[in-house]
Amino acid sequence: MDRKLPVKWAELSSQERVMSFDEVSLGYTEEQVLKEAARCLQCEDPQCSKGCPVGIDIKSFIYHVTQREYNKAYNIIRARNDFPSICGRVCPSEYQCRKSCILTKKNSPFADEKAINIHLIERFVGDYGRKNKIPKNIKVTEKYKNKKVAVIGSGPAGLCAAGELASSGVKVVIFEALHKPGGVLVYGIPPFRLPRDVLAHEIKTLQALGVEIKTDIVAGRAVLLDEFFADGFDAVFLGLGAGIPGFLGVPGENLANIYSANEFLTRVNLMSAHKFPEYRTPINVGRHVVIVGGGNTAMDAARTAVRIQKSKGYEINVKIVYRRTEKELPARRFEIGHAYEEGIIFKFLTLPAEFEGLDGRVSKIKCLECRLGEPDESGRMRPEKIPGSEFIMPCDTAVIAVGLGANKVLTSVTPSIKTDRWGDIIIDPNTMATSVKNVFAGGDIVGGEGTVIEAMGMAKRAAVSILRSFDDK
Amino acid sequence: MDKQVISIDKVSENIKRIVIKSRYISDKALPGQFLVLMTNEQSERIPLTIVSADKTDETITLIFQEAGFSTKELGRVIPGDRLFSLAGPLGHATHIDKLGRVILVGGGVGIAEIYPVAKAFKDVGNEVTVIVGGRNKDLLILKDEIATVADRFILMTDDGSYGRKGYTTDALSELLKEEKDCRLVYAVGPVLMMQRVAGITEKYKVKTLVSLNTLMVDGTGMCGCCRVKIGNEIRFACVDGPEFDAHEVDWQELIWRNSTYIEQEEHICRLDLKLKGVDS
Repeated sequence: MDRKLPVKWAELSSQERVMSFDEVSLGYTEEQVLKEAARCLQCEDPQCSKGCPVGIDIKSFIYHVTQREYNKAYNIIRARNDFPSICGRVCPSEYQCRKSCILTKKNSPFADEKAINIHLIERFVGDYGRKNKIPKNIKVTEKYKNKKVAVIGSGPAGLCAAGELASSGVKVVIFEALHKPGGVLVYGIPPFRLPRDVLAHEIKTLQALGVEIKTDIVAGRAVLLDEFFADGFDAVFLGLGAGIPGFLGVPGENLANIYSANEFLTRVNLMSAHKFPEYRTPINVGRHVVIVGGGNTAMDAARTAVRIQKSKGYEINVKIVYRRTEKELPARRFEIGHAYEEGIIFKFLTLPAEFEGLDGRVSKIKCLECRLGEPDESGRMRPEKIPGSEFIMPCDTAVIAVGLGANKVLTSVTPSIKTDRWGDIIIDPNTMATSVKNVFAGGDIVGGEGTVIEAMGMAKRAAVSILRSFDDK
Repeated sequence: MDKQVISIDKVSENIKRIVIKSRYISDKALPGQFLVLMTNEQSERIPLTIVSADKTDETITLIFQEAGFSTKELGRVIPGDRLFSLAGPLGHATHIDKLGRVILVGGGVGIAEIYPVAKAFKDVGNEVTVIVGGRNKDLLILKDEIATVADRFILMTDDGSYGRKGYTTDALSELLKEEKDCRLVYAVGPVLMMQRVAGITEKYKVKTLVSLNTLMVDGTGMCGCCRVKIGNEIRFACVDGPEFDAHEVDWQELIWRNSTYIEQEEHICRLDLKLKGVDS
């Protein structure tokens, strides 16, 4: 075996996977994980952990895997991250731990292929813990037994904050606006990337720690911030998420069958629209689908559309329109690869200019070609329109996946919570404290759009501050 | 128990009134707000206007027309059933001020939605005129309730079976011609009615609000399904509305968006009839 190259993991073939919403990546078997773990150099001064937003002791858990001490490996991860089965699947590890791995060349934009597949080892360990029902190694103290925290939102930040606090013996109640807990993990990320039994297990694990989850409660409407304190909560954590979908602002964008990525994915992931009419929520996926954007959400929407086209017996015809080039695509490299394999066509350096319709329904998209100019404030090359380059493509379904703005349902009725010009909540980055005493925040509502694990990193910092605030009293 | 159906009864041929237990919603609901509910786990999330809320009993009342599959499904629940999901109150409440003379126009099941608003305007001392209309007498709901809050109450039916024969917009035109001091027109009903109201009041330069019934999914601003063009801006009916300046609404776009799923609606209603053994 060539130890320089990572152990290949199993995946459903592209023909198999477009037939269902089953998980695409099958992860490592025990034999494979042992080989991959053995590739780890066990560096004296490991860099990988520095690339992890929650600072998992990666070197150490990989070492225990090589020794087949999966219980120990599991507890090392759980000490920092309560959701290894989720993060092992959805973390963009090529921009995080694997990018910091010594096997990735310095200054690469993302991880080298040779970097250790840390995420897949984490996933193996997480799944091992899940299947063998390994309890979390926690020391619940009596110290916080009279303390109550309200967690608003049950996405990655909320779940993580709840887990951290409950593990310390705090009574936690999560308030979720939708009818199912999980936030973006349930409405956004498709089951072919995160199987729902994995999510359900992680949520059940939280409940086993004593966390109570109340769905259907829209904070800021059904319950105001002050009322949580009046109801006996000692602190509140706001994990509201990035709420409002962005649109392009081009003519024709409100024609029927043009969706935000959030709507498109919510209809399928949360409401099971792909099982209509057994499930009553409809969705329209036509023969010419165009997805606008280049992030993970765009990939998720495109791959979802492919599966629905397939189930309707259509030829696969899904295009991703992105205004920069492949190199600048912000999506995970794995997902880009999967999108290609599933027959999705990328139209790079392309900018939508207008949608045209027939009887109120979108039928065509007019685009402009672009070239890359000077870098913008984000450091990425700014796409510039090429005059006279208009072209038209057929388009009977469009999905706009160009980012999200802050949801202001709670903050607009709570002026004491200071927000920035984008509507994100302003926090002290060390403590995650907001402008209101005993109110903390984390996740996308403070940082724009981040990753699951970044949200969890913030939630952990907030949990530490909340516990410290209890100690100070 | 929260989300439990307390009562459900027929108001007219295909309009039902349902009373549901909800501690959270009854505590906060204000005129003009709505909620989103799912009858069972397979259901759509549908938005419905809150007609009234009782803080003492911790109940809310909704009045809905069994227009499509999902509302028919809701219409089949019985007292004691528990809805799968119920979240609210959502959207902005109507801004209630003492303005002077206010005209409210309700069409069809929209009559149920103008009642709480009419009451709120009356309660702060406005002179309230209410115009309601429907295809026939049977569809003129909440007559007794509205009569108690309206200074002037005009009933219209398409077929002349009750009140005057004609449309609500006919009555509105006449009123505005003779009464120059109307400060606000507030209209809820079928999109075409609201659009016509907007056309009439624009002529008389009377400020007009409409409460838009768009398609929705989450109802909390997350999906943008309910987006409408107001002036030249995209607004979400769920978090920016549901009320908007009638003269700014892009009505054609709203009509198009609301008919996105007509084929599915027909399909599922046919299936439903088959299941019930009714020949379609």
